[in-house]
Amino acid sequence: MTTLLEVSGVSVTFDGFRAIDNLSIQIGEPELRAVIGPNGAGKTTFMDIVTGKTRPDTGRVTWGERSISLLGLSESAIAREGIGRKFQKPTVFEAQSVRDNLAMSLRNDRAPWKVLVWRETEADAARIAEVAEEIGLTAHLARPAGELSHGQKQWLEIGMLLAQEPRLLLVDEPAAGMTPAEREHTTDLLKRIAATRAVVVVEHDMEFVRRLGCKVTVLHEGSVLAEGSIDHVTADRQVIDVYLGR
Amino acid sequence: MSVAAMPSRPVRKRLLEANPSVAWFLAILALFCLGVTALAEATGTGALSTSMIKTLGKTLCLCLVALAMDVVWGYQGILSLGHMAFFGLGGYAIGMWLMYARTEIIVAESLAEAAIPPTPAEIEDAIATQIFGVVGSDQFPAIWAFADSLVLQLAMVVAVPGLLALVFGWLAFRSRVTGVYLSILTQAMTLALSLYLFQNDSGLRGNNGLSGLQNLPGLDAVDQATVSIAFFYASAAALAAGYLLFAWVTSGKMGSVIRAIRDDEARVRFLGYHVESYKLFVFTLTAVVAGIAGALYYPQAGIINPAELAPIASIYLAVWVAIGGRGRLYGAVIGAAFVSLLSSWFTGGGAPDVDLGVYTIRWTDWWLVLLGVSFVLTTLYAPKGLGGLIDVIEARRARRRVGDYGPDKGALRREEGPPQ
Ligand SMILES: Nc1ncnc2c1ncn2[C@@H]1O[C@H](COP(=O)(O)OP(=O)(O)O)[C@@H](O)[C@H]1O
Ligand SMILES: [Mg+2]
Repeated sequence: MTTLLEVSGVSVTFDGFRAIDNLSIQIGEPELRAVIGPNGAGKTTFMDIVTGKTRPDTGRVTWGERSISLLGLSESAIAREGIGRKFQKPTVFEAQSVRDNLAMSLRNDRAPWKVLVWRETEADAARIAEVAEEIGLTAHLARPAGELSHGQKQWLEIGMLLAQEPRLLLVDEPAAGMTPAEREHTTDLLKRIAATRAVVVVEHDMEFVRRLGCKVTVLHEGSVLAEGSIDHVTADRQVIDVYLGR
Repeated sequence: MSVAAMPSRPVRKRLLEANPSVAWFLAILALFCLGVTALAEATGTGALSTSMIKTLGKTLCLCLVALAMDVVWGYQGILSLGHMAFFGLGGYAIGMWLMYARTEIIVAESLAEAAIPPTPAEIEDAIATQIFGVVGSDQFPAIWAFADSLVLQLAMVVAVPGLLALVFGWLAFRSRVTGVYLSILTQAMTLALSLYLFQNDSGLRGNNGLSGLQNLPGLDAVDQATVSIAFFYASAAALAAGYLLFAWVTSGKMGSVIRAIRDDEARVRFLGYHVESYKLFVFTLTAVVAGIAGALYYPQAGIINPAELAPIASIYLAVWVAIGGRGRLYGAVIGAAFVSLLSSWFTGGGAPDVDLGVYTIRWTDWWLVLLGVSFVLTTLYAPKGLGGLIDVIEARRARRRVGDYGPDKGALRREEGPPQ
């Protein structure tokens, strides 16, 4: 396992409020990592920093074999580097069909003139079918995404992430609004993906995290409180005080 | 048949499938052209006057610029209130050649009688005096450098609006100006341009503008009836080509991406698309089409002056598209044709005054109020505009075809289980 993403000494202040405080996290490739922490701990902000949505005040974020800095790159350039993101609130393009949502996410050239003349190849069609199968939306490909149920939208967004074939997936609370069966399927899928890629999952639900069976990072007030196996962190005194013991 | 013809077929097929309105639109436009041909003075019975043909031709150009507006606003989500500036610039670009070339012929004729043959410099000065005498100048401004070349001025029709849109768009989109701020910025652009052109030393004859554009240089022998129908055909061809172009751009993955940007541009960034490039592409492309529409419009209007680039012109354009129904190409065409023809009927005194006893409604004064009220009502109660009527008709036809037996949305929902 080599280091793919390295966040070191990062701090972010919003109007004088320190949302991220000297945060350092390393993610390897392949790796499955769970990030937990109470509401407002800075989990989403951490993803915002990695994906270029929020610029940190201090610190470094480096990526890949050549350790390039992500801080100077635009959101779209970071995504093209191979970082995909699933948002906490499912955001799919509701006015468009499930198929169009997936086609847009496929790993093709993103330059306007290439997109203008883009025509679906057999490989593209096969990839869409494969992803749709994986997320259980094969029968719904032609439907507008806005008609899907909440859980199905979550799935579609995961599907859009898969279609991008990123090296690192940042997944923010994927199981919110899912039935127990859907949750189980989600854990299986995430574990499978993480066999070849880096996956960071933010989740509230302890059972869900336990089932992932991976290294856990506990965030609190913008910095790492504890890191290790689920049993290790749940036994940690500080973690019990600030998070589990509430 | 040939190998080369093979790959293009599915594209065309898909374009028609994705956009059934294309075939309908082209058919209706062709029928309209046939009808006008049969009734025009130059080609048919003469039931339609030459000025009517010009009005119809100009209306087609307005439909074309409305299409451009619909793509940039309805599809891309940029409420540009400056696209009539690009339209006007296209008109100025072609107007410069029309005016120069025609004046050159007149000057050459009058100097031919002189005892000593004039030098090229003298001819040049005489043309400049003719054109710029009204603004107290006898020199050609630098921007007229290419005015003697039709080809170069035609290139300007595309290049000037294109470059302005490119530079303006690059500055605006790069700083992520969106929404109402962007609209205000586009208004400022067209206002600044119009104020600049109003100055006598702008090099484009100040508030006099360019005139006599209906007279094509060297074609004095051809009567206006023929010229008008020729421009009508050219406008119809441009509108058809514009419709095809925009139907292509707004279908397929490009259409998908630009509509996605309209609905949630931040999300599109995280998919790896450089949103600003897409906006710039659409903004510039529509500006170029607006310029071409203007270059066809003003020779039919005969005159262009800076008032044509006033901010209100671009606001009207947005009103047409809103009333016609944005986000669908034929909506823009319906809106522009309907509202602009109605507008010239009302303002031209065609509509009879309404005598209320205590007050007489004169439509020449009240038309704008009526238009404003229609705009507000459309926006509030019929956001799909006139084009939405097509949906109503289609829904009725579909209902009759399918009957009550097909699964409704409720039935589909019951089938949604957990993903397997
Ligand atoms: N754009 C912003 N402006 C101001 N405050 C913010 C912003 N984004 C996040 N915050 C604050 O930073 C803290 C961390 O938020 P977040 O990362 O969303 O937490 P969570 O761990 O629940 O995902 C919260 O207190 C939140 O209010
Ligand atoms: Mg969060």
